[in-house]
Amino acid sequence: MADVKDAAPGSAVEPVAPASAGTAVVPSEVIENPGFPPHRPRITDVDPAKEALAQRRVTGLFFISIIGSVLAAAFYIAFPIVPGDIASVRVNTLTVGLAMAFSLLGIGIGTVHWAKALISDIEIPEDRHTTKGKPETVARVSEIFTQANEESGFGRRTLIRNSLIGALVFFPLPGIVLFRDLAPANEEPNSLLRHTLWDKNVRLTRDPDGTPVRAADVVYGSAYHIIPEGIEEHEDYLEQKAKAAVLLMRIRPEDLHEEDYKKSWSYDGIVAYSKICTHVGCPVALYEQQTHHLLCPCHQSEFDVSDGAKVIFGPASRPLPQLPITVDADGYLVARSDFHEPVGPSFWERLGEDGRK
Amino acid sequence: MTTTTEPTATRGPFADPTSGTARFTTAAANYIDERTSISGFVKELGRKIFPDHWSFMLGEVALYSFIVILLSGTFLTFFFEPAMTPTHYEGTFAPMKGLEVSAAFDSAMNISFDVRGGLLMRQVHHWAALLFISSIGLHMLRIFFTGAFRKPRELNWVIGFLLFVLALAEGFTGYSLPDDLLSGNGLRIIDGMVKGIPVIGTWISYLLFGGEFPGTDIVPRLFVLHILLLPAILVAALGLHLVLLVVNKHTQFAGPGRTNENVVGVPILPTFAAKAAGFFFIVFGIIVLIASLFTINPIWNYGPYDPSPVSAGTQPDWYIGFADGALRLAPTHLEVVWFGYTVSWNILLPILVLVVFLAAVAAYPFLEAWVTGDKREHHIADRPRNAPTRTAIGAAGVVFYAVLWAAASSDLIATHFKLTIEGVIVSLQILLIIGPIIAYQVTKRVCIGLQKKDREIALHGYESGRIVRMPSGEYIEVHQPLDEYDRWRLTSYNEYKPLVVRPNAQGRITAATRVRAGFSRWFFEDRIVPVSKGELESAHHDHH
Repeated sequence: MADVKDAAPGSAVEPVAPASAGTAVVPSEVIENPGFPPHRPRITDVDPAKEALAQRRVTGLFFISIIGSVLAAAFYIAFPIVPGDIASVRVNTLTVGLAMAFSLLGIGIGTVHWAKALISDIEIPEDRHTTKGKPETVARVSEIFTQANEESGFGRRTLIRNSLIGALVFFPLPGIVLFRDLAPANEEPNSLLRHTLWDKNVRLTRDPDGTPVRAADVVYGSAYHIIPEGIEEHEDYLEQKAKAAVLLMRIRPEDLHEEDYKKSWSYDGIVAYSKICTHVGCPVALYEQQTHHLLCPCHQSEFDVSDGAKVIFGPASRPLPQLPITVDADGYLVARSDFHEPVGPSFWERLGEDGRK
Repeated sequence: MTTTTEPTATRGPFADPTSGTARFTTAAANYIDERTSISGFVKELGRKIFPDHWSFMLGEVALYSFIVILLSGTFLTFFFEPAMTPTHYEGTFAPMKGLEVSAAFDSAMNISFDVRGGLLMRQVHHWAALLFISSIGLHMLRIFFTGAFRKPRELNWVIGFLLFVLALAEGFTGYSLPDDLLSGNGLRIIDGMVKGIPVIGTWISYLLFGGEFPGTDIVPRLFVLHILLLPAILVAALGLHLVLLVVNKHTQFAGPGRTNENVVGVPILPTFAAKAAGFFFIVFGIIVLIASLFTINPIWNYGPYDPSPVSAGTQPDWYIGFADGALRLAPTHLEVVWFGYTVSWNILLPILVLVVFLAAVAAYPFLEAWVTGDKREHHIADRPRNAPTRTAIGAAGVVFYAVLWAAASSDLIATHFKLTIEGVIVSLQILLIIGPIIAYQVTKRVCIGLQKKDREIALHGYESGRIVRMPSGEYIEVHQPLDEYDRWRLTSYNEYKPLVVRPNAQGRITAATRVRAGFSRWFFEDRIVPVSKGELESAHHDHH
């Protein structure tokens, strides 16, 4: 490939047809590559004392590694975890870990030092070849394919070929269908997402201990984390809680703006809103009592509780759904009904009909 | 090689030894060779040359941390129970005693507090994963900024990109396994994002979680992905990546004696092998050192997953930050209703932004190749300054990513610097648009400035700082000329000129040609020409 040198610097040219250089400028007069600079010997190459020192260092590091390995095993036994004692976990982790690190770093630094100080550092050139196969190889491959095509009739027998392609298009179908039962077959998400445990006369209880909340106990400016009464008896406790979690707040009547049809949804300034963000479903857990703003800690959507939990900032689009509440005969807060819309993140069929009804 | 008179069956191809140890190794080598013909393999690869540069180490860090991940991960699987069956925690960590938790959380807690070295291995695994992803990121930046993705390495760039995506997926699935409060909220966000996909989103979420969120299936399913499916694909892609590395041979920086037709460096046996093997142990050692000193993912502080509580300042592991940040930066009220169906643009827009960004990263080698039309192989890595437009595009991409990433900590930025959260978000929204533009312009100017400086130095030498007073009374600073080796490093690079629009064979100028010419102008209009031989000679002439 001596003729290659005539081409532009930094170009690899195939012997047959030179590859296009595109818009690259191929200079007419080139500064010549000066060739390899003279090799500079290292101190360990010329000074036998330094060489011996480097050798001792490498050996020393390998011995440190052995000591580290043995110590790691010893520490594992010497510093066991004492049940109930957190500090023993820390001692075990620290001693075994540090000893292991010494064991590994001893080998690592030792070997690299060996390579850098003692093993030859003379750089050697090796020829590159164009990645593409040699012309005779490429010709032979083309021959093989032609022969395979002739022997099989893949190009000639188009009916066979096309029907095969058709069969291959359809064959993954069962594979797709088989995944349907990843989730229960007798349910479907659109209706599940529309129902929570809230219903008429279900008491609002505190999360997580389940004590019911008396309206009289809810003072202005307070916020309660609420779950429906009896939720802990449910088999799918977490799934129900992920939909039914509610925040309860009391706001002074003069600060509370309510749409007319929702006037009966609150009780004496006490409002209950879904705690599940309408963005992607994080719990909207941060209540700022002065401004009546709820903040989602995940993506910082802000909702104004005094104004229908409307979105006032952040990526969410919809207000938090409101849970209609009232009090029962004993003065405990109860739900008037379920939510009037699906809670949590938006989904495609959100506004459609319940699939089950 | 054996002589023809000796039967190979008894002597084998390896040299005749004299000492005992050498006789054993020779016998062993022959034994293996007679059954595998491995000698051909060693002959090919044994003295294969690897060029040396500190930046070539980044990919090695990724490879070695992956090995550490495999080792520590295997240890963890022996103790971890990937199930969401409710149980009561009865381990060493007193504050949680008696709490109802899932089996996954319970076993992760037991690994942390009741298995000797368990916490160490969990932390080794987590730190190694973080190092794996960060080194992949830096390795990709190195490849990008030195143009090492050019022909014939475009496909290996794509494979590397796939490895990056797989690493993110591995990270996220692994992070979710302990079923703690923080990772559970991460899954809740994934659920919300999936539900935002039009038409099929609701069903995909339903199938993914095996019913309603969170369900009891997600941890075992993610476990299978995390330890079986994703690693299998990852190992296969990694193998392919390394095979192509060997086939293509490593790139090298321009230097004296180095050309596009050779590769200059140290041979695998012994130098490179010793350095690489030693470096593996150094990477492993540093990971273990960090893991024994610094806590990572303290699930005992978060507690088991519950859909109701969440702590302020939640954020994902750093590598998912750019995706979370994109979600945070979506403007308010983007959701629309079309024909009675909800289309969540507040989720789709960030997803689209991420997909387009990642697709641009994956496709960049092909775009640049189309613009330059250069079909030659390139084995000399560019210095970033010598490809100013590419470097500027890269800088713009880095800033874009960095703004998204910073947005994932918007709340912490606000509380830490006593700013309003709204102010931080709006600033980052603006910065997401103008930041890359500024970065592009600044980087391009800096590159061109550096190129001009290189020309200056190549032609007239370094400013030596030595001031000399001439007999005439004039003061001059003596310029120290470069030796030819250093000059070669500065002057040897590829130059491209903008494409001139010309009619094709049919006498037409196609739209594609015009677009390409436009890109070509954008890329190469402000170019700085490498020093030519003539310039060098006349500069020398001036000095004498």
